[in-house]
Amino acid sequence: MIRPALPYLLAAVLAGLGVYGILARRHAVLVLIGVELVLGAAGLVLVTVAQTGAAGDPGAAVLTLFVITIAAAEVVLALAVLLALFRARGHVDLHAELDAHGEEEVRGRA
Amino acid sequence: MSGLDVLFVAVGLVTAGAAALSVTSRQVLHAALWLVVALGGLAGCYLVLGAELVALVQLLVYVGAVVVLVLFALMLTRAGGVPVVTGVPQRVAAALVGAGTTVLLGGALLSAFGWGRVPIDGGGSTEVAATIFGTDVWPFELLSALLLMALVAAVAVARAPVGGQDDPSQRPDPPADVEAVQGERP
Repeated sequence: MIRPALPYLLAAVLAGLGVYGILARRHAVLVLIGVELVLGAAGLVLVTVAQTGAAGDPGAAVLTLFVITIAAAEVVLALAVLLALFRARGHVDLHAELDAHGEEEVRGRA
Repeated sequence: MSGLDVLFVAVGLVTAGAAALSVTSRQVLHAALWLVVALGGLAGCYLVLGAELVALVQLLVYVGAVVVLVLFALMLTRAGGVPVVTGVPQRVAAALVGAGTTVLLGGALLSAFGWGRVPIDGGGSTEVAATIFGTDVWPFELLSALLLMALVAAVAVARAPVGGQDDPSQRPDPPADVEAVQGERP
């Protein structure tokens, strides 16, 4: 016997932390870490439904395996995009251009 | 609280704490290593929930492959002095959005599933295997094509010319060579 509320609460906390990581980071790899946490939360909800649902259907567990595999493919492509970004600009700072535009606007007003 | 509840709370606290550190740490490498702890703790949660196969796949694919890729990304894009966190206003806004996500998702899930206790009666590995190779066999086979396409696309994207300029030194071999090679065949 287990309370399924506990895994659901943990999934909600993980999703919130992941959203915070996506929004509050400016290093591209750290944004990717936030995405991984959100995907982990989705997997936890799926596994909890599979293990505590009334139907006893293993389809949700299979879906979790699919999510994990697709996440691996996603990270491979994200790494390639990051490498292309680094070769083109010399950094992976997602806010560098925003900062540059902001400074230009300040200079234009002054 | 039953023993499983206590076990899950312990593993879940480790997972949540490591996740919080991985999104707040100012050291890029520390954040990646805390992600290892968080994803390993998530595998522990799957074990407590009785999904052994998913837990092992999580350990193999996430901790074994995804985190290694993240570490590779950190190693290959190393540039000293890259700022890691945004300004205070954006962090406050991000914390508000994250807390809102937690409250919304947690409230929806708790109101849907309640606070009661249920037995763990998910299918074992036999049922999962029967589903993978029975009902879901086509998605399963398509996943291998997806992984292959991701691999090829990653190589293509990573080798693309920088900044959209067609640098002759990075251009692939001209097609004349290919025709010449093919022309030699009978």
